[in-house]
Amino acid sequence: MPNTTAASVAPISWRRRVTDHAMTGVAVLTVLLVLLPLFAIFAYLVIKGIGSINIAFLTQTPKPVGEPGGGMANAIAGSMVILAIASVLGVPLGIGAGIFLSEYGRNRYGDIVRFVSDVLNGVPSIVIGIVAYGLVVMRQKHFSALAGGVALAIMMVPTIARTTEQMLLLVPQSIREAAYGLGVSRWRTTLSITLRTATSGVITGVMLAFARVAGETAPLLFTAFGNQFWNWKIGQPTAALSLQIFTYAISPFDEWHRQAWAGALVLIILIVAAVAAVRIAVRHGTLAGA
Amino acid sequence: MSNQALPRPRFNAPEPERGPSEQGSKAALKIETRTTPLLDGRVSEIPDEVFGWAMRLCGLAVVALLGLIVYQLVVGSQLSWHAFGWKFFGQSDWNPVSDQYGALPFMYGTIVSSLLALVIAVPLSLGVAVFITEMCPISLRGILSFTTELLAAIPSVVYGLWAIFVLVPVLREYVQPFLATTLGWTGLFSGPPYGIGMLAAGVILAIMIIPIISSITREVLTVVPQHQREAVLALGATRWEMIRMGVLRNARAGIVGAIILGLGRALGETMAVTMVIGNRPEIAKSLFAPGYTMASVLANEFTEATGDLYLSALIEIGLALFFVTIVVNALARLMVWSVTRGQPARSIA
Repeated sequence: MPNTTAASVAPISWRRRVTDHAMTGVAVLTVLLVLLPLFAIFAYLVIKGIGSINIAFLTQTPKPVGEPGGGMANAIAGSMVILAIASVLGVPLGIGAGIFLSEYGRNRYGDIVRFVSDVLNGVPSIVIGIVAYGLVVMRQKHFSALAGGVALAIMMVPTIARTTEQMLLLVPQSIREAAYGLGVSRWRTTLSITLRTATSGVITGVMLAFARVAGETAPLLFTAFGNQFWNWKIGQPTAALSLQIFTYAISPFDEWHRQAWAGALVLIILIVAAVAAVRIAVRHGTLAGA
Repeated sequence: MSNQALPRPRFNAPEPERGPSEQGSKAALKIETRTTPLLDGRVSEIPDEVFGWAMRLCGLAVVALLGLIVYQLVVGSQLSWHAFGWKFFGQSDWNPVSDQYGALPFMYGTIVSSLLALVIAVPLSLGVAVFITEMCPISLRGILSFTTELLAAIPSVVYGLWAIFVLVPVLREYVQPFLATTLGWTGLFSGPPYGIGMLAAGVILAIMIIPIISSITREVLTVVPQHQREAVLALGATRWEMIRMGVLRNARAGIVGAIILGLGRALGETMAVTMVIGNRPEIAKSLFAPGYTMASVLANEFTEATGDLYLSALIEIGLALFFVTIVVNALARLMVWSVTRGQPARSIA
């Protein structure tokens, strides 16, 4: 008996100890290697971007090649229009699908919808662009903000549906039952009690989807197409910030490269600002208490 | 612990909390004096039915969206399918002028750039995931997982912009000459170091898929039951041995799932790749050479496709890309589920 005890507490060998420390070192190294590009990207964005943002950039349309100055005002506005269309189309559908999944979809049909929305989430954005092209552009015979909005809306739906479902499922069953017990009908319970309780979570999901599509470029290439001028008609080709960044980045002109960096910084600031604004509105503003 | 679970004897109901007592009594008075019933027993069920079906319609719409995507792609690619059949995927000739289309160089580019991305991203993401879940102090955990996930929030086009002006020059000046002298004999790293090419695409893709792989791996690692770790430690294992035998081995299927999910993202990634891969439909052994991917050719040529057959060939590439990503994603989901579903997150608490 004493023999076995002695064997089991034998000291850890030199080799195993070194391996242990080495692997810890390797793990730390991987973390540093992953953080390096992250910091590099943000540093370049801020350094190169801030120097190029000025009033002209935010108020003017692009100048022809060779002329200095000009800006991306029309692209910023165009992005907002396209995103507004996408949100109007995608958010209600996504939330509706989420309500279906959590309140009516605890069965085989729900499983199908759940699986399909996960599948939709993995469809490459460029393929969604082809679909929106076929759906809208081919019918209208020209590129438009509407087509871009449809493409982005298709991308928003699955994300919103799944997060809404998860948030609604977090609402305790007893709260629903309390409402039923007071004689409140099921639709009223779902909208005014369940959805209301989960509002902040649902909105977070919506903003997640919004932030994800806000920087999308691929599906806009052959739907919104881009535009050098102001355009407020949703049936016409429209500039978008991400498209403009792409065009300028692959161009051979230094002036345009500079503006591409500025555009990238503005794009990220706008996404963060939109998400933050909605968060604050949920917490303090008009939606508070919802 | 068990003491608290026992039902405590209760002598009187807890006093309900009231604000100003005046208000409370007023409310109570109101309820007492109400004479008409709140509900008259004739609640219509029509709104309930309408709402229920409207929500079911929304659910159905999600399925319809997928159907619509498949329909659009299949119908759009008919022309090309009838013209080339299976040969479309075996030909490497892509010539819009003579209306000859073969998708092989694009498929090659997509597969090679994605695999290259995995080779770079998998060890890094696993290291990050293991560090965050098993090694790092709790105070660092939140910050680290937040920062790695921040990488996922950067738009693809911004990655591309950074890659063109920062990554590509670095590759051209330092990395490629180094690889050419040390590993040039393999043939994978030969030819002029342009910077732009397959290698640049693989690296930028790797940076983009690291957050996905590492966050899902982390999720999978946290559902490995704590007693597995304790059992291995009790046998005298060091921390690394515990991670290798107690954690990684148990989470194998889930980690593979996370990797495949990353692959799915890499396959369909468009903008950043298009900006640095060089966009030349050639199959070259060297990773320094420019290439082309399925997603990039769509991004570059779709709006310029003049002929019907040209457009149809592009849509067929889209269909193929769609099909591959669907299969890859479905596979990955099943593998992740097999780990996280079987053992609910409760077991670690």
